[in-house]
Amino acid sequence: MSDIYFDESIILLDLEGETKEEVLTAMGQNLTEKGLVKTTFTEAIIAREAEFATGLPTSGVSVAIPHTDVEHVNKKAISVAVLKDPVAFGVMGDPDETTPVKLVFMLAMDEAHSQLSLLQRLMHIFQDQETLTYLTSEKSNANVKAFLESKLDFTFKGGE
Amino acid sequence: MEKKQVLVACGAGIATSTVVNSAIEEMAKENNLSVDLRQIKIAEVGAYVDTADLLVTTAMTKKEYPFPVINARSFLTGIGTEDTKKQILEELKK
Repeated sequence: MSDIYFDESIILLDLEGETKEEVLTAMGQNLTEKGLVKTTFTEAIIAREAEFATGLPTSGVSVAIPHTDVEHVNKKAISVAVLKDPVAFGVMGDPDETTPVKLVFMLAMDEAHSQLSLLQRLMHIFQDQETLTYLTSEKSNANVKAFLESKLDFTFKGGE
Repeated sequence: MEKKQVLVACGAGIATSTVVNSAIEEMAKENNLSVDLRQIKIAEVGAYVDTADLLVTTAMTKKEYPFPVINARSFLTGIGTEDTKKQILEELKK
């Protein structure tokens, strides 16, 4: 639990993109450049999203949790993006529906079934309207990092 | 009561099914039900068609299965969780 990579360089605020593919590519490329994931990651995550969408309508802003198989990951990490304008993602479990996503939590996991408490805390965030609103309005990477660290309640290892 | 085999599946089998798996585990415990939970990838469901009693998934498929399929998205968003739990419990108690 203690060795998840998370720092300001993988928090992307005001990310611009017209399509979910553009958003996933920007986030995936960033992780690739940092060596956290393999070069196959971006393509895999786009393919996975097309097959099994991860958009989640909440009671407020919609979120997405794109992820893919562990073999594309070097080091487990969470990349967060706040989209400048909402981008349509497919709704998880409803292949014919889309939802306007504003917040993306890209999960790069290096072993299956290992992140239960982290995931549960993420789900708590998704169920907390105030938190989601705060995240979409915060303009400082450092604040987002500190905020999520406290919300997710575990020690991240990263930059700084 | 016969032990039910419940499949919990998401697309990649790493993220969402973990959350759902633990929610069902807890629910079964609360209700004193003994459940054979299998956390799998949706692509692996085929291997269980003869043994499974229920599929709970965040990756709804259009495929037809010989057992009921319940959408588990509410466990992630918190919207409609009670309804989903009720549906699952009804199947487990059958």
